[in-house]
Amino acid sequence: MNRNRRTSLQVAGSAGLYGALLAIGLLRPGQASAQSLEQAFKTTGIAETLKALGAGGAPESKDIVINAPDIAENGAVVPVGIRSALANTQMMALLVEKNPSALAGAYDILEGAEADVNMRIKMGQTSDVFAVVKADGKFYVAKKEIKVTLGGCGG
Amino acid sequence: MADPMKIRAVVRNGVADVRVLMAHEMETGQRKDSSGKLVPAWYISEVSAALNGKQVLKAHWGPAISKNPYLQFKVKGAKAGDKITVSWVDNKGEKRTDEATAS
Repeated sequence: MNRNRRTSLQVAGSAGLYGALLAIGLLRPGQASAQSLEQAFKTTGIAETLKALGAGGAPESKDIVINAPDIAENGAVVPVGIRSALANTQMMALLVEKNPSALAGAYDILEGAEADVNMRIKMGQTSDVFAVVKADGKFYVAKKEIKVTLGGCGG
Repeated sequence: MADPMKIRAVVRNGVADVRVLMAHEMETGQRKDSSGKLVPAWYISEVSAALNGKQVLKAHWGPAISKNPYLQFKVKGAKAGDKITVSWVDNKGEKRTDEATAS
């Protein structure tokens, strides 16, 4: 049996159900996004996490800046900032490709906040980090490699 | 009860630069203790920030955020004396809310 095909059918089925529930007003969109985020936190790898966020195949954008060191000495504390110059930025997320679960954090930018957040994350090893930005309903990504000389997970 | 957060908010040209330092273990759930058992995950899962009671930012975190998390964000239309409230909830349901006045 083709396993991939089976899961994709299931995913398609639940998406249809979700649409129907949304249509009859059983689910508020806010709740739904929290749920899909919960799913996204469980996924590994960039492609899968992007898909869970609904950002599969998002184009790269030069308007997103990842502010982070090229080399992090301590993987337990890596300062990373995301800034988006895209108009109407609604959501920003940070993904680390080689962490056990790629999604590190997601931020809802509500009215009044600037699309500029800084945080400190853990990185298990040298990896590409991706910033995902949702602006005006569309997703964009940017990436940057951070070299880690001392891992931050386990040990 | 968890230790209080340190919140600093500085207003410059109408934009408040808010820096928050939270005290939390942020256990990943990947680490093993000395007897080889996995230490269960324990991390802040949600942070929200408000300016004068109006929510401006909501963060969803996973265990990949560093221990004693640091968060910096910017809020438009703020002035000195405004109240910045930050609260978090961890995956065990523990909560903490702290407030600071912008300067």
